[in-house]
Amino acid sequence: MSSQLKIKEKKVTFYIDDIEVTSNSNETLWNIAKQYNKKIPYLCLKDSNNYRPDGNCRACMVEIEGEKNLSASCIRYPSEGMKVKTFGARVEKNRKLIFELLASDMPLQENCPDPNSHFWKQYESIGIDLNYRLPAGRPGAQSEIPVKSILNDISHPSITVNLDACISCGLCERACREVQVNDVIGMEGRSHNSLPVFDVKDELGNSTCVGCGECVQACPTGALIEKNFMDSHGVKREKYPDELKKSLCPFCGVGCQTEVQLLNNEILSVNGRNGPANKGKLCVKGRFGMDYVMSEERLTKPLIRKKESIKNPKININFHNYHDHFEEVSWEEALDFAAKGLIKTKSNFSGNAIAGFGSAKCTNEEAFLFQKLMRQVFNTNNVDHCTRLCHASSVAALMEGIGSGAVTIPFTAAEDSECIILIGANPEKNHPVASTFLKNAAKKGTNLIVLDVVKQNLMRHASHGLIFQPGTDVSLLNAMIYTIIEEELYDKNYIKTFTVGFEDLKNSIKLYSPEKMEKICKVSSKDIREIARLYSKSSKSIIFWGMGISQHIHGTDNARCLITLSLITGNIGKPGAGIHPLRGQNNVQGASDAGLIPMVYPDYKSVTDDEIRLKYEKEWDCSLDNSPGLTVVEIINHILKSNIKAMYILGENPAMSDPDQTKTRLALSQLEHLIVQDIFFTETASFADVIFPATAQPEKSGTYTNSNRQIQIAKQIRTPPGNARQDWELITEIAKRCGYDWKYKEVKDVFNEMSIFMNSLNNITWERLEKEDAVCYPSKNINQPGDEVIFTDGFPTKSGLAKIVPVSFSEPNELPDSKYPMILTTGRLLEHWHTGAMTRRSYDLNIQEPEPTVSMNPEDIKKLSLTRGEMVKVETRRGSICLLLREDRNISMGILFIPFCYLEAPANFLTDSNLDPFGKIPEFKFSAANVFSLKDTV
Amino acid sequence: MHTKRDISLPKGREVKDVKLIYLKKLLGKLPIKRDMLIEALHLIQDQEGYIRKDNIVALAEIFNLSMVEVYEVASFYHHFDIVDEGEKPPNKIKIRICSGLSCEINQSKVLKKIIDEKFKDNFHVQSVPCIGNCDKAPAAQIGKRSVENADFNKIKNYSTGPFTPQIPKYESLDKYLKRGGYKIFKKILNRKVTSEEVIKVLSESKLSGLGGAGFSSGKKWEIVKGFDKPKFMTVNGDEGEPGTFKDRFWIENKPHQLFEGALIAAHVVGCEKIYFYIRDEYPACIEILKRELDKLKKRNLVKVPIEIRRGAGAYICGEESAMIESIEGKRGIPRHRPPYIAERGLFDKPTLNHNIETLIWIPEILEKGSVWFSSQGWTKLHHGLRSFSVSGRVKYPGVKIAPAGIPLEDLINLHCGGMQDGHKLMAFFPGGASGGIFPAKMAKNPMDFGVWEKDGGFIGSHAVVILSDKDNILNAVKNTIDFFEHESCGQCTPCRVGLNKISNLLKQNSFDEKLYEDLNYVMRDSSICGLGQSAGNCINHFFKFFNKN
Repeated sequence: MSSQLKIKEKKVTFYIDDIEVTSNSNETLWNIAKQYNKKIPYLCLKDSNNYRPDGNCRACMVEIEGEKNLSASCIRYPSEGMKVKTFGARVEKNRKLIFELLASDMPLQENCPDPNSHFWKQYESIGIDLNYRLPAGRPGAQSEIPVKSILNDISHPSITVNLDACISCGLCERACREVQVNDVIGMEGRSHNSLPVFDVKDELGNSTCVGCGECVQACPTGALIEKNFMDSHGVKREKYPDELKKSLCPFCGVGCQTEVQLLNNEILSVNGRNGPANKGKLCVKGRFGMDYVMSEERLTKPLIRKKESIKNPKININFHNYHDHFEEVSWEEALDFAAKGLIKTKSNFSGNAIAGFGSAKCTNEEAFLFQKLMRQVFNTNNVDHCTRLCHASSVAALMEGIGSGAVTIPFTAAEDSECIILIGANPEKNHPVASTFLKNAAKKGTNLIVLDVVKQNLMRHASHGLIFQPGTDVSLLNAMIYTIIEEELYDKNYIKTFTVGFEDLKNSIKLYSPEKMEKICKVSSKDIREIARLYSKSSKSIIFWGMGISQHIHGTDNARCLITLSLITGNIGKPGAGIHPLRGQNNVQGASDAGLIPMVYPDYKSVTDDEIRLKYEKEWDCSLDNSPGLTVVEIINHILKSNIKAMYILGENPAMSDPDQTKTRLALSQLEHLIVQDIFFTETASFADVIFPATAQPEKSGTYTNSNRQIQIAKQIRTPPGNARQDWELITEIAKRCGYDWKYKEVKDVFNEMSIFMNSLNNITWERLEKEDAVCYPSKNINQPGDEVIFTDGFPTKSGLAKIVPVSFSEPNELPDSKYPMILTTGRLLEHWHTGAMTRRSYDLNIQEPEPTVSMNPEDIKKLSLTRGEMVKVETRRGSICLLLREDRNISMGILFIPFCYLEAPANFLTDSNLDPFGKIPEFKFSAANVFSLKDTV
Repeated sequence: MHTKRDISLPKGREVKDVKLIYLKKLLGKLPIKRDMLIEALHLIQDQEGYIRKDNIVALAEIFNLSMVEVYEVASFYHHFDIVDEGEKPPNKIKIRICSGLSCEINQSKVLKKIIDEKFKDNFHVQSVPCIGNCDKAPAAQIGKRSVENADFNKIKNYSTGPFTPQIPKYESLDKYLKRGGYKIFKKILNRKVTSEEVIKVLSESKLSGLGGAGFSSGKKWEIVKGFDKPKFMTVNGDEGEPGTFKDRFWIENKPHQLFEGALIAAHVVGCEKIYFYIRDEYPACIEILKRELDKLKKRNLVKVPIEIRRGAGAYICGEESAMIESIEGKRGIPRHRPPYIAERGLFDKPTLNHNIETLIWIPEILEKGSVWFSSQGWTKLHHGLRSFSVSGRVKYPGVKIAPAGIPLEDLINLHCGGMQDGHKLMAFFPGGASGGIFPAKMAKNPMDFGVWEKDGGFIGSHAVVILSDKDNILNAVKNTIDFFEHESCGQCTPCRVGLNKISNLLKQNSFDEKLYEDLNYVMRDSSICGLGQSAGNCINHFFKFFNKN
């Protein structure tokens, strides 16, 4: 179990089966032999760089001349002149006996949980005749797994455990502990009883397992296997795929590459592919959450609202009753109806009476077409998407400071860094695979500083896990900046060469000593100074942030502070150093890049810039509106003011995602014409006039850009249900019906048009993406990988310099008072993504988090005489919802946490729709609230 | 078909505040760092007689570890009894009856049965692997108190307590100083003798590692001295090899000679700290070392810091790399070689590891000279003195200090008063359970390293178990195999599964020699450590030497 041996790299010449071989001394014999087509059997080894070889199964033994015992080739390194034999009587006798020993304790091959497992394939390859001459060592051995055996555990919704087939190779332990760093699996006991356990030998379904399924992907025997494959007892495999397709995960901004197994067009299982962002890893959503695609709730026919169905803000239409309100119609009818409504609005009022919400879940090509539709066909810039609700403030600060809204470095660079600050983000829940890179770095000794308003499990791996007062980010960050300036820890050269504004900062920061700020942010000045020193003194530091930074009325200020920290210490534009706002949706980066933003065209070119606009007007042969359009919440406000009459909403769900739902739903109900294009009957669809059944991500082709700026291609891998149609086709159909003869034949044509306008796509062609699966932008050369680290030599601003913007601290919009003494903060759960439209319809995910909860600290629960598990009412100035009370020690005193994915108790009825003045993002993370027992009201 | 979890809580077990408060108090000043985890588990086990899972959950939080990291460690060691919520906990005080071979031939099985019947209501009665009291067989422990030549009455008398270890009389610090103790160490400290000179004497003395491997001590010092600092020293007092009790003998007699040997070694080699790892079956030894270390500190003689760590009931931790894992607070699982611990050992730093007895000889060798020691052999071919742990059918069992290379029959006749009356030598284990079992006709062979290897055995820790014509060789082999099956760490396939197969085959009374041969073949050739590589020696010898009748 020792940590991996580090051997100095040098060239050595030695012999494998009498062949002279020259190789690196830090490469294992097993790997070298593989390069020479020597197939040495292996079981406890995973042929992947993620996994440490452990050398325990002894299947890969080789003979080394002059040594008394055989040696495991997976953990042995060559030395000069070494003579290695990978076969021969001695080696083969040992190998066969190893397999015989293991097989004699397993069920018969045909009764194994996976008769096609790696173990049995290896077994077959070495050709032994198993006559079962050795006695069986456990209950199901040499026969079949007894149902309800002590080794059989079907408590988990997605993973079946049959330790009858386990060979104690520890791959699951390494998967859980070393690769994903979830630390749920260990090896219990010793001798013949040394088997995997979960937590303190709990059932898997009752353990802290996060369901990433890395263990399933690693297990060589099927002892841990997807439940989806198995019979109802979970002991016998029933299903095998008929197709294997490359794909991408459709959930968060990490952008994991997947390999999907299909059976009769149904997604059977998903494994991680070795993509640049995931390196073979996945999380519970990507691996076990794809069944939403096959949900019976998928929309399969176009729908038009019945005349008698009157819209009102409290209307509750869903999958089960939508036929009472909507009529199934033909595509022709639906498209004509939709287009006519838009044309009518435009001619009766103007294009600016129309607004569109595109989606960060759709492809780059769809995003591009959608903004083109709004701009070219309806002559309006009223097009936005949910990035407004996530990182608009981050992007505003980044554009202002460094002239680019994207990350400067991928999250995988955590492993090259010396110091990582993670603030206002909970990647273990929201970007689980990205968090593995942070945890791996921390395990290797990188200082990880986690700053949050609540405790999170990642803090266990952190060198510093500090909890601060909600809404006081600026005071904390300014105090760090103060320390760096006061103690002269800043990078004078970098500041001089690459920035402007440092002198202003120096003056304004004087008010923010840690000693003063500790009273506001509730982090001790000693800790503030310590982390400021750690960050600035490390040669390579990265900052990661999430919605805890951005979703505030001072979100832009928060982000400005983080940018300042990196600029004054020169921690940007070099390997292992940079800034990375973790993007929430699979294509939020791409949708923004493609122009789904009211004030900019693709690549963030201002709509007010005449030169740019002229280029579009020329290419598109039309005139374009030269004033910026409205943002998400502004659009809602303008509906209420009767300025906006019609909307086209593609794959977004404002009736769940937007703040102050009472207001939002009232607005949606007042629209004269609403087109909703989605795969499910969403809450927003309740207010629609016409609904287009669209395709899910595996049913269409296109490109997506992840949080790391990596553009990745995904091809259609399954046939959509019923009459559902591709989103890009539907946008095109609307354009055509509105008199614009769009001529795209396939998605590729759209991509090619984007390339005309977008410099970020230089040297990145559709063909290249097809070949390489992923390319990071910018790419300077078609033959070279894109630049993962950018701004190595200045910034894309007019002066080439970055702008340091000093900020001052201000309180959140709505402070707690006697009536609303608690602070409500909203967010996600590991299993549910965004508004839950997809994940609530995944059986495996929903069963883990089946109903809305509000989480509170046990002390607060005690203080208010509440009991966990009871139904409570949470109220803010905007409304109230009822939900189950969860006790969670991670939640700080005085805080209520509610995930916003539950339509049964939509958290956004409570949230504040006041906006950050720059990013126009609402303050989701801070509302004054109160909580009441429902027992009192009865 | 799956469990519905309680959604009013986050996933998995919750840590209980009361347990956190309780444990923080119980742990007191114990440093909270990973390598103290086993010590922390001991505190809980000692306090309650078992370890409840909710305490494991709380301990994990205190140590900033995951629950499973604590659970797997606790479950690896036999001295920790994990109890689930709702499960009936065992009685607090344990009565351990030794099941080692020397005790088994002295009817320990019968004793266990009786004790179980009479005491199980108030005590936690267990049959345990060799507890290193083989010369006082059958041996038992009640709490931490040793019961020599145990029988029902003795245990009954002891059952009212105290359960603390009974400390034997040993050479005190004053006495040791009076006979010249720590003089050599001071000389070395004052550079009156150089490190090079010390190593030279040691090399010339031909002192070899007496934990069983027999590697030249001088050579070992040179190797570890050559590596960069920081370096550590470990002292292996985990003598779990059945039949071995010489290290206990030395600690219980000459603790300061041991300390001086260790301090000299650490100083000369340049180690930063010394970790003594003493098996938990020897509570008196741990107590003596702790007491005397305190006294030594007061005299300002602990020039290299010393920590004393408790094992927790795992034979495999006598294997040096497994012991290092255990000192680091982990499961005691042997590491792969290369790298050797001399280069990368404790906390991944170069490590000098010595057995207790090896260190015992060092001050004396440095005082009397290398020739004094090297010329002590039975013949010129053998060098030095050895501490033989002799048990079984001899008249006077015990630790016998005799010349290296003494033939077994001379060891029996000259040192042990011959065989017990009415017993005729039939077979013997020259080196504990792992060194193989040999017939009486080989009793003329010299007892030294390099002799028994050609017949598939070794002298190892010089633990000699004597069997007579009244004993059943097959039972002795079964006892030995069951011991190894129980003590295998479970890491590698051949040892983990192979021993289970041999044990089961023996239980089925199978005499299919080919099967045993095959199992032995793969265990010897493919096991990671010496346990698996040598565990089959006895079965091999059974067919080779004894199966004829």
